[in-house]
Amino acid sequence: MSKRVMLIEDEPNIIEAISFILSREGLSVETHSDGTTANDKLRASTPDLLILDVMLPGKSGYDILRELREEAGTADLPVLMLTARGQSRDREMAERAGVSAFMTKPFSNTEMLEQVRALMAETS
Amino acid sequence: MTEAGPPRRGKPPVFLERQSYRRRRVIDAARVLPFIGMLLWLIPLLWREDGEVAVRSSSAILYLFGVWILLVAGAGLLSAKLAAQARDGGSDAEARGGEAF
Amino acid sequence: MLNTLVFVGSAYALFLFAVAFAAERAAMRGQARWLRSPIVYTLSLSIYCTAWTFYGAVGSAVRSGFEYLTIYLGPSLVLIGWWWILRKLVRIGRSQRITSVADLISSRYGKSNLLAVGVTILAVVGTTPYIALQLQSVTLSFEVFGVGDIATGEEQGHTALWVAAGLALFTVIFGTRNLDANERHNGVVMAIAVEAVVKLAALLAVGVFVVWGLSGGVSGTLEKIDASSLGQWQIDGGRWVGLMMLSAAAFLCLPRIFQVLVVENENETHLRTASWAFPLYLGLMSLFVVPIAVIGLEMLPEGSNPDLFVLTVPLSQGRDGLAVLSFLGGFSSATSMVIVAAIALSTMVSNHVVMPLWLRYAGGGAKVSGDVRGVVLLARRLSIIGVVMLGYLYYRLSGGGAALASIGLVSFAGLAQILPAMLGGIFWRGASRLGALVGLTLGFGCWGYTLFLPSFGAGVFLPESWSTVGPFGIGWLRPHALFGIDAIDPLLHAVFWSLALNTGGFVLASLASFPGPLERLQGAQFVNVFEHSAAPRSWTGRVAQAEDLMIMAQRILGARDAQRLFEREARRQGMAGTLPAPTPNFLETLERELAGSVGAATAHAMVGQIVGGMSVSVEDLMAVADETAQLMEYSARLEAQSQELARTAAQLREANAKLTRLSVQKDAFLSQISHELRTPMTSIRAFSEILRDTTGLAPEDQHKYSSIIHDEAIRLTRLLDDLLDLSVLENGQVNLNLREGLLSDVLDRAVAAAAADEHGARLRISRDPAAEQVWLNTDLDRLSQVFINLVANARKYCDAARPALEIRVHSSDRLVIDFVDNGTGISPEAQDVIFEKFSRVSDQKAGGAGLGLAICRQIVTRLGGEISYLKGQGGAAFRVVLPADIAMAAE
Repeated sequence: MSKRVMLIEDEPNIIEAISFILSREGLSVETHSDGTTANDKLRASTPDLLILDVMLPGKSGYDILRELREEAGTADLPVLMLTARGQSRDREMAERAGVSAFMTKPFSNTEMLEQVRALMAETS
Repeated sequence: MTEAGPPRRGKPPVFLERQSYRRRRVIDAARVLPFIGMLLWLIPLLWREDGEVAVRSSSAILYLFGVWILLVAGAGLLSAKLAAQARDGGSDAEARGGEAF
Repeated sequence: MLNTLVFVGSAYALFLFAVAFAAERAAMRGQARWLRSPIVYTLSLSIYCTAWTFYGAVGSAVRSGFEYLTIYLGPSLVLIGWWWILRKLVRIGRSQRITSVADLISSRYGKSNLLAVGVTILAVVGTTPYIALQLQSVTLSFEVFGVGDIATGEEQGHTALWVAAGLALFTVIFGTRNLDANERHNGVVMAIAVEAVVKLAALLAVGVFVVWGLSGGVSGTLEKIDASSLGQWQIDGGRWVGLMMLSAAAFLCLPRIFQVLVVENENETHLRTASWAFPLYLGLMSLFVVPIAVIGLEMLPEGSNPDLFVLTVPLSQGRDGLAVLSFLGGFSSATSMVIVAAIALSTMVSNHVVMPLWLRYAGGGAKVSGDVRGVVLLARRLSIIGVVMLGYLYYRLSGGGAALASIGLVSFAGLAQILPAMLGGIFWRGASRLGALVGLTLGFGCWGYTLFLPSFGAGVFLPESWSTVGPFGIGWLRPHALFGIDAIDPLLHAVFWSLALNTGGFVLASLASFPGPLERLQGAQFVNVFEHSAAPRSWTGRVAQAEDLMIMAQRILGARDAQRLFEREARRQGMAGTLPAPTPNFLETLERELAGSVGAATAHAMVGQIVGGMSVSVEDLMAVADETAQLMEYSARLEAQSQELARTAAQLREANAKLTRLSVQKDAFLSQISHELRTPMTSIRAFSEILRDTTGLAPEDQHKYSSIIHDEAIRLTRLLDDLLDLSVLENGQVNLNLREGLLSDVLDRAVAAAAADEHGARLRISRDPAAEQVWLNTDLDRLSQVFINLVANARKYCDAARPALEIRVHSSDRLVIDFVDNGTGISPEAQDVIFEKFSRVSDQKAGGAGLGLAICRQIVTRLGGEISYLKGQGGAAFRVVLPADIAMAAE
């Protein structure tokens, strides 16, 4: 069974791009664009990797991350965070929230893919 | 080694020490003096005014000014006593007007 | 003889000037200690003995026997009973920094200026005839020497005028010498102490001459007395008691006595000495009155004026020297009374009448604090001159005849009306302002009706019929027989009814009313003055900022005087430099100095604020607040300044908060811009890499991904356009493309463009086509850009269930276009910044980069109009105002 990646991102074009890249890698991608329901979705079906945007409608990526780290089921879930704000402060906040890896938009597709592979390898 | 305990803070004593007591009485005297004076100066109201037995003016002068001298002397005496007491550290009692007895 | 007398009188006057001047100099050099001994204090109280008592006591003895003594007995008892009342009055006077009897009453009853004005009027009315009486007595005494035939009426008038002018001059010079109008008058006090000695010496000299020179010693004198018409004890019992009480009451209430007794009091312990010394003085003053009266009756021809026996007895015996001394005694009595009365009254008039009026009508214009002090002094000087001249006028108008003879007791009775309010105020906490007002009004009215007005003689002020049948035929209202009681002496009648009504009204109104908080506070402070002040309030030697004190003092006293004061104090403390250490002594001095300009309570609170001691109580601050509100004290101006400062500070705080908000927003904006730029770039990069790296991509996918790249590139361009647009607008480099068009067309275009924008949310737009028929001559594209923005904003942000936007147009002198939606509007804190460049109403509703409204504002400003947020419209509401020259009325 293919590994599952959940993508939480509100920009439709970026969703489309990432889905395309990951599907070609043989991963199944589930996408959500609303921050408020993200944690419920995660609880319902925990993926093998979570890719998380920071600026989401309803709830920030940091909050989602912090919350899922507190739950036993998702405490060790690998999380790749993507941000368009790219300031060092954002990276610090992400790390404090318990991020596994952090990338600044725009990113190179290959680098992103490598990062995803690395994170998936750790858990398996 | 004996320890000097903290000063006892109970109720104030019911009776004042002798010095304070004297001070209060001097103040009492100072309060009463004007009433004595008024009383003495009102006595002429009782004098006879007509006929042969009427009080002579010379007696009246002697009486009224005699009272006057007595009052001045009394006031002077009390004032001196109060001044002496104020010097002896009784200024607080004087300042508060000696409301306690 | 007359010339000699004029010479002696002038020389004596010059001597008094010299004494006063020397005393002032000594005080300035800090040698005032001996000037302020208890004996000087006691002697200064002797202004109680005026020319009325100096000359008039003998006359009174001739007419009504021993009754004259009552005038001395009453005050003697008051002094002997100093522990009861005087001690408290003096303590209150010092701790509350009372400046006059009017100030005392006003201060006690919640600093009521109405009461102060009332007491001032009462004091002026009661004292003016008394001053006239003094002028008359001086004139009469001149007349005695002036050998009747040359002393025409004209001559008399001149004498009185000269005396009045001289007294006014003396009082103005020494009574308002100190810049600090609250300061004690060393020169004046010294001069009246000297005068006290002179008048006592004169009367004693005449008495000794009469007893040992004319009657052969004490026993001989007593025999002569018994043999005379005064030989038998004969008094009216009612008057004996009544006058004793009245004089005691008057002693407490007379403004001039209050001035020397309380205001000029340097040290409370002086009262202790005065308690026996002053009764002694009074005893000596009255000792020889009866002998002089008896000898005068015996030796002088029938019909001689007994009021002048003190002069005429020595003259008749050829003792000119003694007569001159006696003349000087009478002169001293008269002048000292007028001087102190003028000071006391002028303080009241200027503090309670002139200054409040001046501050109300001219106060706003005074910029420099020195102005106020100048005005205080001027007011005081003019008041002094006014008071003395009023006395002179009264003397001239009343004709100086018998009408004046009885005025002494009339005046006493008038001023005694203050007594209930005064005693009630210091002994009864329940005494209220209303009570004092009612009591004083009733007492003053009753006194005026039953005693003062009738004293001018029947038919002068009150119609003659009033005293026979009563006003309007109401018998029980006859001035001398209120309620039908006519069997008693008119004076006693008036005193009884006026004081009875006064006290009754005072007590009843006090019981019925409820005093305000300040009144109750003052009441407690007055009644319990000994608990509140172990000694007059003093500053503990806290670490105060001498510089701060200096700054404050300069603001109030003026730079020059403040610096001089500080240097003097520093020298006194033996310190180098110009800033003295803030010792309690210095603080008190400073406070007194300030009090003269801004009032005691204000000064105390101001010093207290800087010193930071615990001594500034809520009461102090309340007193300040109340003073400023009710009295319009000088501090009103300072208050205004400090309010201005507070306003400025508030504005600064606001600006600072705005800057902080802006800075936070700038950071947020940078993040936002970064986000806004990176998001499309992410898509562009991702898809271009996909297109580049992915082999075998379906053509439709290729097309789709290229379109995404294209769209995102456009989005980027638009964002950059906005930024550039704003930057151009801000730098003023924009060229306006002026065209003519209809407002309705511009709006149509804007609404259509906004509707074509993304988020197809339904927004109902209501417009007023008729009002929109306005021709415009402006840059229509730019204006349209503004409208598009506003409509788009409403579309994006209006959170109502059924969003609606109303566009209203009013064209009066200017063209006003309002955009009002039905959402929740913009929060007040956000309203300040929505037009700023980096502002977005909220992060959540991210829709733009927060540049729209900033651009709108720039455009509208360029077009000569303005755009603002309209508060209180329910939803978000924006108003665009365009100048009239843009709009042209529809043809």
